[in-house]
Amino acid sequence: MSRLEILNGRLLDPLNNIDGVSDVFIENGRVIAIGTAPDNFDAETQINAEGKIVCPGLIDLCARVRSPGADSAYALEKELRSAVAGGITRLVCPPDTMPVIDMPATALLEQDLAADAGLARIHPIGAMTRKLEGLLLTDMAMLDEAGCVGVGNALKPIADTLVLRRAMQYASTYDIKVFLTPFDPYLLGNGCIHEGALSTELGLPSIPEAAETVAVARDLALIETAGVRAHIHLLSSARALEMIQHAQSRNLPVTASVAAHHLHICETDMPHFDPNFKVLPPFREAEDRQALRDGIKNGVISSVCSDHQSRGRDTKLAPFSEASSGVIGLQTLLSLTLRLADEGVCSLSQAIALLTSNPAREISIDSGHLAPGQAADICIFDPNEMWELSSDTLYCRGNSSPFIGQTLKGRVSHTLIDGQLVYPFS
Amino acid sequence: MNSPTANKHLETTADGQLKHFLSTSNHSRENLTRILELADSFISFGKREIKKVPLLRGKTVVNLFFEPSTRTRTTFEIAAKRLSADVINLNASRMSTTKGESILDTVYTLEAMHVDLFVVRDGASGTAELIARHLPDDVRVINAGDGRHAHPTQAMLDMFTIRHYKGAFENLKIAIVGDILHSRVARSQIHALRILGVKDIRVIGPKTLIPTKIESMGVVPYYDMDKGLDGVDAILMLRLQHERMEGQQIPSQQEYFYRFGLTSRRVALAASDAIVMHPGPINRGLEISSRVADGPQSVILPQVTNGIAVRMAIMSLLMGGQNSMGGKK
Repeated sequence: MSRLEILNGRLLDPLNNIDGVSDVFIENGRVIAIGTAPDNFDAETQINAEGKIVCPGLIDLCARVRSPGADSAYALEKELRSAVAGGITRLVCPPDTMPVIDMPATALLEQDLAADAGLARIHPIGAMTRKLEGLLLTDMAMLDEAGCVGVGNALKPIADTLVLRRAMQYASTYDIKVFLTPFDPYLLGNGCIHEGALSTELGLPSIPEAAETVAVARDLALIETAGVRAHIHLLSSARALEMIQHAQSRNLPVTASVAAHHLHICETDMPHFDPNFKVLPPFREAEDRQALRDGIKNGVISSVCSDHQSRGRDTKLAPFSEASSGVIGLQTLLSLTLRLADEGVCSLSQAIALLTSNPAREISIDSGHLAPGQAADICIFDPNEMWELSSDTLYCRGNSSPFIGQTLKGRVSHTLIDGQLVYPFS
Repeated sequence: MNSPTANKHLETTADGQLKHFLSTSNHSRENLTRILELADSFISFGKREIKKVPLLRGKTVVNLFFEPSTRTRTTFEIAAKRLSADVINLNASRMSTTKGESILDTVYTLEAMHVDLFVVRDGASGTAELIARHLPDDVRVINAGDGRHAHPTQAMLDMFTIRHYKGAFENLKIAIVGDILHSRVARSQIHALRILGVKDIRVIGPKTLIPTKIESMGVVPYYDMDKGLDGVDAILMLRLQHERMEGQQIPSQQEYFYRFGLTSRRVALAASDAIVMHPGPINRGLEISSRVADGPQSVILPQVTNGIAVRMAIMSLLMGGQNSMGGKK
């Protein structure tokens, strides 16, 4: 019987409305008591969390670890180490892996590979169409049974509206949630930067705001007629957010999330041609960034994700239009979300909810809180510790980030999964 | 963190001398004017029997062209040779799928042979800057065109030509006509004109060829060519890549010429002594009529001649900066 206690920390559990210094007692991988130790509780391990915050393990609604993929299990382990070093205990991964998660076998393989690594868990999003080609529906009910938390088409928009409609109708039949990343494929084209003053100045192929709003409009119309539960990932524009807010006010079953970096960076922050700022969707204008922050404040956006991708260094050493897009985010997710609280966008408790109970609700799992009986997935962090984001502090393979070289505030000291200390690494 | 300042440092030395020439936007009025003045002194060399000066003797210049070019490459080659440099032409092709790693590998390999100056052209915006950032401090880079971003030596030869015919820049009205969206020439022209003091810069074309928020570059868009040309002192035509855009950005060549072709009637809307310019090669009957291209107000061929003097000036200023930094290697 293994017993562990976390003492003197400030326990923050938004779902259960807990915010105060309180001890946590864990037995056999589960939280068994909060506040007062059970009778005869004799812990083998003690963690002194004085001055720190103890919260549920973070749940990242969108991260890519390229598993299964061409890389070795060792590569996956590096990504998962980065996750737990960032306090993340569960990752929701889009289906654009190699092979694509479009069959139950690959969905199970993806979860098994993560389980073998013994670090953060992976919850797959299954493909909505076979090979993500946007033509033929996948066996969604079987994918659901194989552990997928929903279906989506990753970054490959379904061009054919009829296919998208049928995919939503079919998913709705089994109450499967659809995860949509809104891009109009034609307006997206080969664009690599927001269409605005900077794209004009630099002469780069651009992605207009309409690439997002056109897709969201289409998605919302189909969500309504199909009656499917939907989550819209990676929002970037004020206008699209407005449309989702309107849909929510009409009680459409649609929720939304945003990548942490989009809450802090806009077009005018971008150094010219710097691939560390190349992301999809692109960084848009200051008004868009403000609208996304307002969306956090008023609850239209319920979760913040990392949209993590480790890109090979060589793929970033290229002219901007040819450099790979995507940045790392697992280890910056917590700091960037805490910054929202520091900047008055939301309370600390709300910031933690954006990373724990809210994303748990999105994927319909009973997690992201610490009531007795819950699996002891826990993140302990020092909210005031300053640390530098650099290749030396990153555990994942990639090191491309708009925040590289910057000092971030708030650092994870311990991560537990099922009561096991997975970070710091032994 | 914001825009042009970020690159100024890259393109000039600590004491403000020209280091690389990657854009027109990151240089002071003073430095752009120095180029024009030095080019003035080189113009006469072209008319001499012995056209060479020994300013770059012993230096190695590589024309590294990842995108095909005959005109620009040839004028760079002639300019370097008239400065007595050793010139190597490399027409390296690269597929868009081979990533920057291979661009940099190519550059590193050449650099190991002690190249002093790279003249780079590439189809992607930002390539010249990427290369400049990854070379040792004493190697110089000239951007001979990167994607849609910049073609600063072309813009400077245009400035030289305007100055030659029109004198001071301050009170000029300039119209740039055609495919602004895809044009690196237009972007560099706009920056150079603005820095040199032109206040009335107009861009003319259909909305499909004028990029969004072009006003942020300090120009006024006109969608009616007749209005846009009213009283201008110089008409800068751009080449239309019609084979790539017919039916997409323009409905047809006929419709385009009808609305945006430069005809004698339209030239007459400009100032009576207005000059007509074009970076070449021209599409006769598509963006410009032959009567205008070959007419008395056209300075299209003098532009080419001026291009050599301007490129000689830029090369010698970059290498001069190099020498003053205490030699190399």
